[in-house]
Amino acid sequence: MMIMGIRLKNDSAVADTGKYSIRNPVRFAFETRKGIDENIVKEISAHKNEPEWMLAKRLASLKVYNSKPMPSWGPDLSELDLENIVHFVKAEGERTSDWKELPGYIKNTFDKLGIPEAERNFLAGAGAMYESEVVYKGIKKNLEEQGVIYTDTDSAVQEYPELVKKYFMTRCVPANDNKFAALHGALWSGGSFVYVPAGVKVSMPLQIYFLMNHPAFGQYEHTLIIAEPGSQVQYIEGCSAPLYAKASVHSAVVEIFAKRGSKVRYTSIQNWSKNVYNLNTKRAIVEENALMEWVGGTLGSGVTMLYPCSVLAGRGARAEHMNVAFAGAGQVKDNGAKVIHLAPDTTSSVISKSICKDGGFANYRGLLSIARGCRGAKASVRCDALMLDSKSHSATQPHLDIREKDVVVGHEATAGRISEEQLFYLQSRGISKDDATALIVRGFIEPITKLLPLEYAVEFNRMIELEMEGKGVVG
Amino acid sequence: MAKNSLAIKNLHASVEGREILKGIDLEVEKGTVHAIMGPNGSGKSTLASTLLGRSGYAATKGDVLADGKSILGMPTDKIARMGVFLSMQSPAEIGGVSFSSFLRVAHAAMTGREKPLGALEFSKLLDAEMEKMGMDKSFASRYVNEGFSGGEKKRAEILQLGLFRPKYAILDETDSGLDVDALKVVAQGINRSKGPHMGVLVITHYNRILKYLKPDFVHILVNGKIVKSGGAKLAEEIEEGGYSKYC
Repeated sequence: MMIMGIRLKNDSAVADTGKYSIRNPVRFAFETRKGIDENIVKEISAHKNEPEWMLAKRLASLKVYNSKPMPSWGPDLSELDLENIVHFVKAEGERTSDWKELPGYIKNTFDKLGIPEAERNFLAGAGAMYESEVVYKGIKKNLEEQGVIYTDTDSAVQEYPELVKKYFMTRCVPANDNKFAALHGALWSGGSFVYVPAGVKVSMPLQIYFLMNHPAFGQYEHTLIIAEPGSQVQYIEGCSAPLYAKASVHSAVVEIFAKRGSKVRYTSIQNWSKNVYNLNTKRAIVEENALMEWVGGTLGSGVTMLYPCSVLAGRGARAEHMNVAFAGAGQVKDNGAKVIHLAPDTTSSVISKSICKDGGFANYRGLLSIARGCRGAKASVRCDALMLDSKSHSATQPHLDIREKDVVVGHEATAGRISEEQLFYLQSRGISKDDATALIVRGFIEPITKLLPLEYAVEFNRMIELEMEGKGVVG
Repeated sequence: MAKNSLAIKNLHASVEGREILKGIDLEVEKGTVHAIMGPNGSGKSTLASTLLGRSGYAATKGDVLADGKSILGMPTDKIARMGVFLSMQSPAEIGGVSFSSFLRVAHAAMTGREKPLGALEFSKLLDAEMEKMGMDKSFASRYVNEGFSGGEKKRAEILQLGLFRPKYAILDETDSGLDVDALKVVAQGINRSKGPHMGVLVITHYNRILKYLKPDFVHILVNGKIVKSGGAKLAEEIEEGGYSKYC
């Protein structure tokens, strides 16, 4: 949500809810028919005027997709009917770096989300993706002059083909990684491309907002972040979609290359409507002494499967994973983290917080793997679940695969309810039960919200409160 | 019944089906300090919890009036907003919520403000109160009661007394676990806050805090009933002779 933010000024709860569920009439310049086959893939590629090598990559991915069964583990995906979904929709208008040039209804939607204002106030660069393609991208001039690239991935294919060829679904997330990564490889469109040259430190965050408006739609943005040695960058993305009766799917791939001594923070706040299947593959390769931070907030959506992965490939590489998931009525949050230690003296920490209410289910599914020879590696995993009623439940499935003796590994899991003692204390200070509950929940997720820029943190707390009041942000 | 009092009338209360309070009559007028003393298990803390409407504490008979209005059966937060403050024996910890942000919200609720004071204005107010209680400024940013020592928790409770200026203060074993110096600071804090606008009900085992607070009335609670009432002298007798002659 990017944008979270910004529009905080005294919005009423209703208006606040409203802004995430703005539903525009469906208008588009071009869309494919429903389903997935070779012709549709070719059509998407031709429409984007892609070079031959990208089409070849798409077709190879499609083959992998067709050859792989649906995952036999995890949440139930049997209701997901990919043949009845439109996988590519191009909105009206051309990509622009001037908000004024956007079609009025698209501009209004992003205006309501506060995006242009946020860009002026606290961002190094901003983007907006509507349906399948990025409609707006802007970056501060001084960063451009230092060689920082912030554009959409489609443009990067045209403008920086060598970089894309080298990094796009090659050694980080290859198509054969999993069925949805393969699907993504065939159908991908839009997303962010970030390149930070060696030694350049981008102090303000780069941000993009993904919006799905089309019903029964598939969004497959591809984000590629390359942080050269010694560089620093923070990237934030927000997502939302209005509610439609028909299910949609969001299947992103994020590939991050954190090179020697670099620092990358990737923050994602997802607030899809409740009939969206949110199935992603996000991975970072973290080299010597580099630091990779994943900060996530997953609200909304029906089924979420999300396990950002850090591959600690160089000595002294570090990864920190922090996620908050909220599961309300009918929602399944299958969230987790994968950390693979492949070098000595690598460190990782995972903090996962989940809140369940009204029968929601939150599962932590994690993998911590330490290869033989990773002497001096340190890893900790902490999962805390908070259940707001007795209908809701949570589970923890931490898989540990430790092949080295000289390591320090910690794992902690707690599951609990809001204590009567805490409620009584706050109520005895005149705070109503609902406000007291909200305050306790806010405290529970504070380790993660404190990592967000202030505007995001305030709005994220607000979204959680709306969820708790059952005004669910979107549908 | 006086309008300016917290009046407990023939109050009976049960916990888990067992009657703990067996008919308490007590009227705390504004401007007075009452002390309730009693051995363990006599019902002192049950009285405090019942007055604040804590769940699990069922008033089965009688009534409690704040300024002439019955508060029995009201939700705890409403009772608090009527001006009844409870300083707890072991206040709960709230992780991830800073003491100052909690106090700002609580201050608004307890003083009848529609909106909390501005952050800056409140922070000035809080700094001043913390200084009076000898608390380091860093407490403002620490999580509510988390990692506070026993003495720090009590200071933090009495700080709230000064901040909220309630009409009625129930102080549940505020002296327990305090060393001599901390006891003095806490007692001074109570004395600063009390006055003609406030009625104070001190619940304690021992006379030592009463030496500072100088109660107008002392009541001995045994087995869910007040068995004797008197002046400050009564507390001294208890200090010497214990409760055995009342049990």
